[in-house]
Amino acid sequence: MTVLAPPATLRVDPDAIEEAAKLLYIRALKVLPDDIKAGFARLDATESDATAKSILATMIENIGVAERTDNLLCQDTGIPIFNVRVGRHVEVDGWALKQAIRRGTARATREHPLRSSVVHPITRVNEHTSCGLHVPVINIDFVEEERVLALEMIPKGSGSENGSFLQMLIPADGLAAVKRFVVDAAIRAGGKVCPPTILGVGVGGTSDLCMHLAKVAATRPLGSRCEDAEGAQLEAELSEAVNSLGIGPQGLGGDSTAFAVHVEVAATHITMNPVAVNVQCHSARRASATFTPEGVRIGF
Amino acid sequence: MTHHTLHMPCTEADIRKLRAGDTVTLQDTLFGIRDATQIHMFDRGRRTRFDLRGHAVIHTAPNVRKVERSGTNQAGYEAVCIGTTTSDRMERFTRPLMEREGVRIIIGKGGLREDSAKAFQELGGCYLAVIGGAAALETTWIAAIEDVDLDDLNPESLWRFAIQDFGPLIVGMDSHGGSLYRDVQRDVEARRAAVLAKLGAA
Repeated sequence: MTVLAPPATLRVDPDAIEEAAKLLYIRALKVLPDDIKAGFARLDATESDATAKSILATMIENIGVAERTDNLLCQDTGIPIFNVRVGRHVEVDGWALKQAIRRGTARATREHPLRSSVVHPITRVNEHTSCGLHVPVINIDFVEEERVLALEMIPKGSGSENGSFLQMLIPADGLAAVKRFVVDAAIRAGGKVCPPTILGVGVGGTSDLCMHLAKVAATRPLGSRCEDAEGAQLEAELSEAVNSLGIGPQGLGGDSTAFAVHVEVAATHITMNPVAVNVQCHSARRASATFTPEGVRIGF
Repeated sequence: MTHHTLHMPCTEADIRKLRAGDTVTLQDTLFGIRDATQIHMFDRGRRTRFDLRGHAVIHTAPNVRKVERSGTNQAGYEAVCIGTTTSDRMERFTRPLMEREGVRIIIGKGGLREDSAKAFQELGGCYLAVIGGAAALETTWIAAIEDVDLDDLNPESLWRFAIQDFGPLIVGMDSHGGSLYRDVQRDVEARRAAVLAKLGAA
């Protein structure tokens, strides 16, 4: 009888998670990911409206000013969201991980300092820690990759988050109603969501899953595509449609309404046809830390 | 399209010269105001010790660092990052800001609605658009945080900033009924049917 040695595991210390959470919150607020910078260059090259072009130029200038002055891109420190992906053969104390993320978030807020944008929804009391009930939002997923733990931080600004829409359409409404809903959501959001945006669309699932899909779509890197073929087709059609509306940067007119429309899909009930829209503003901020046996890699 | 420089506070005559689409650079003084500030001022009857007559307010809640109070810094704060929030949420405060406090200019992003357009026309005010999300740049236009009131609402306090070359800002809504936001909205509505038809969703 052969006894197999257990596979080597990656151990992740909560203190390292706390340091990473603090670092990622601040980094996300200051340095825009390369895919978003490339998105700006692409819009700038194709925009035909003079006012829109000057607005894009100011946004691009701001990215440089933030890096040169080591300052925040946008005043809105957002609602902190952490997406945690845990691979196979990873040893981590899950409860301690959640506490570490809270501590790192609070320390970033106090020590930088950052504006705490988080209040109790009824008393409106601000603890000045960027934390509160169920905030930071922590999403944990388990993936097949071995000995990897990835922490993605997204400071979600309110201007775009207020542009969130859900409708429980029915099967008889068809895909046409889904498309109409997305176009009308873009019109309703107008300039309030700080375009050019990434318009995230969730199709299917339950009501809560549908909105979560829209958030995943809105915060996905530019250039990524929906893994579902039908969803990918919808992305292409809706991207063209939304950019034909003429809302433009800041809602002041132009071709550059959205960097892209991203779609995520999930199976749904035979009687349901839900659609959700969640928007990411042009300050589409992200930062990530990837823990592997070789060490920690900081990126987007 | 004309570029204007306005020293704060300004007069009604200064405002009446501005037309939607013009650009403006502000000098000297600017007040920061936000949702909670205005909810407390107008729904809960609180008053500010600041004289806002003829002044500009910007929809903001800044990132600040606490510092020692001094002769030149009554606030006890210095700027970390000052940017602009979405104005639409504060639509219903435009008229009371102008009627009760004498404010002439509202600065924000995303625009205001028809009631505000009417108030600007009747009372001589305007809306200036700053580029939202460009806060690192905007912060370089702020010389100092001079003073603060209603600071129990921090960060949604009423802030007084010293400014230098604040802009260029775009006149989004003028005192003659003009609104770039209304113009764009009208164009967008006109395009909607063709966009939906192409999607097979008319």
